[in-house]
Amino acid sequence: MDAAEAGPTATFLKPADTLSPRDRRLGKWLLAPALAYIFLLVALPFLLALFLSLTNSSAGSLDFSFVGLQNFRSVVTNPVFLRALRNTFVFTFVSQFLVIMLGNILARALLEQFRGKLLVRFLILMPWAAPISLATLGWLWIFDSTFSVINWLLKVAGWLGPGQWYYWLGDPALGMVAIITVHVWRLLPFSTVILLAGLTSIPAEVHEAADIDGAGPLAKTFQITIPMMLPILSVAVLFGTVFTFTDMNVVYLLTRGGPYNSTHVLASLAYQEGVLGGDVGRGASIAIFLLPLLVAMAIVMLRRSRRAEVA
Amino acid sequence: MRRGPLRKALATVGHRVTILGFTAFAIFPFYWMLITTFKQNSDLYVGASNTAHNPFIFNQPPTLLHLKTLFQNTLYLTWLFNTLWVGAIVVLITLVLAVPAAYSLARLTGRWGERLSIGIFLTYLVPSTLLFIPFSRLVALLGLQNHLGALVLIYPTFTVPFCTWLLMGFFKTLPKEVEESAMVDGCSRLGAIGRVVLPLAMPGLLTVVIFALTLTIQEFVYSLTFISSVERMTVSVGVPVALVRGDVYYWGSLMAACLITSAPLAIIYNLFLDRFIAGFTVGAIR
Repeated sequence: MDAAEAGPTATFLKPADTLSPRDRRLGKWLLAPALAYIFLLVALPFLLALFLSLTNSSAGSLDFSFVGLQNFRSVVTNPVFLRALRNTFVFTFVSQFLVIMLGNILARALLEQFRGKLLVRFLILMPWAAPISLATLGWLWIFDSTFSVINWLLKVAGWLGPGQWYYWLGDPALGMVAIITVHVWRLLPFSTVILLAGLTSIPAEVHEAADIDGAGPLAKTFQITIPMMLPILSVAVLFGTVFTFTDMNVVYLLTRGGPYNSTHVLASLAYQEGVLGGDVGRGASIAIFLLPLLVAMAIVMLRRSRRAEVA
Repeated sequence: MRRGPLRKALATVGHRVTILGFTAFAIFPFYWMLITTFKQNSDLYVGASNTAHNPFIFNQPPTLLHLKTLFQNTLYLTWLFNTLWVGAIVVLITLVLAVPAAYSLARLTGRWGERLSIGIFLTYLVPSTLLFIPFSRLVALLGLQNHLGALVLIYPTFTVPFCTWLLMGFFKTLPKEVEESAMVDGCSRLGAIGRVVLPLAMPGLLTVVIFALTLTIQEFVYSLTFISSVERMTVSVGVPVALVRGDVYYWGSLMAACLITSAPLAIIYNLFLDRFIAGFTVGAIR
């Protein structure tokens, strides 16, 4: 069974023109509760987030006054924010690059038949299935300042000499390495299974036809696999980017943004300021910086789905 | 172009090494949780600078002490109970909202339903890290701070869009003749849905139940934001926040909690993986 077969809506059914007015009315009634919920608890809070970023609202009270762009002005001159902004992009680009590269290699390896494939698939999927906060705790223990098994291995291998030591979570650069490692570990299964679904959906006849035409493996890769994989690759990249750009779990649990706020990303900084620090307006204005990329991704997705509709 | 036997053998070895390497990377943290769970403290806390002490194996006999501590001296079971309680209600709300909406989008809305369904799916992408701030106002306004009710109210914001999308796809795979023939036999549309469509959609409904439940168990940000009393925490927050106590080493019980919670989820995810992926890849695979 592969996802291509299980993908039930792969082709949109042409809408029936024969819907009776009664059916249309029923359709609206059935849809109304879900739409009302989404409107009240996603759309309105979303607008409220925009609004709060323009106020001096704080956690202690429900009173606030309108301060215009003052939050944004103080935020963009703050070095901690600028560092978090940079970290967010580094975090997103580096981990997405690694995830897509490694995901492609792994998906191709999983495409072949071999003994124990089901077991391997199960094991490889585990990082994505485990609750992120608990899985990250496992890594926290692996990166422990005194008992890190990585340091033990590096000592045994002779990489770390006497007196040398890596404080994985106590150093800005190593902290980012640790954060990216954990996130790649977590996201790799997701991208791999999506890419695998794309690979298995390329019909065998296409490859056979290319063989008959005398195409070599390189030509097949560039002229068949990559073009046919592009739509699914874009799915993996789009979701991966959104999940990474807006994530605060890994940073919060591994380093809490430390040492000295050097490993914050936008989301974890928004949490620190807006929830822990109680400065709701400021936290909201930091979170707003997540928006441009999300909007861009949403537009790409809409375009993609429209193309799928036309095709 | 034919491959020689040597090249073929090399390719096989390369393939096995790739698979082994990735598998080791994926499961190492879980192996680490497992061995930590059963190690005695004197075997755990040796310090990585001691190269003579191999941390990958049991240097002393395994112990059940950490498991005992976890179940007898911590609130782990309470957190599990809280999580499942929230999960059950969220699943219920999700079904009540998503099933009718998905059916409507699949059958009763015509052309604009497609646009709307994409819009609904896009709301799944609005991140918790943007919404937790307005939600903190809302929760304060409703007096739900530090109350599991806050989670019950908020969790459907991510389960409903995703499950509606999944179910809509599922309903579209059912032939229309199914309910049309029932309606010819005198059922109303709603009667046909209840008597014919829903029984056929059982696998889809089961998928939705599983995903709403697992998404609830995995959720961290909202639970961290809105629940502050230790005895009301869900498992994903209770373990990392309340079991880590300053300088007291608790790694044995901590890793046990991580492993015991993660393992069943991994099994369930595997069983339903194909449908889950189908939800993401709609339109990109044909």
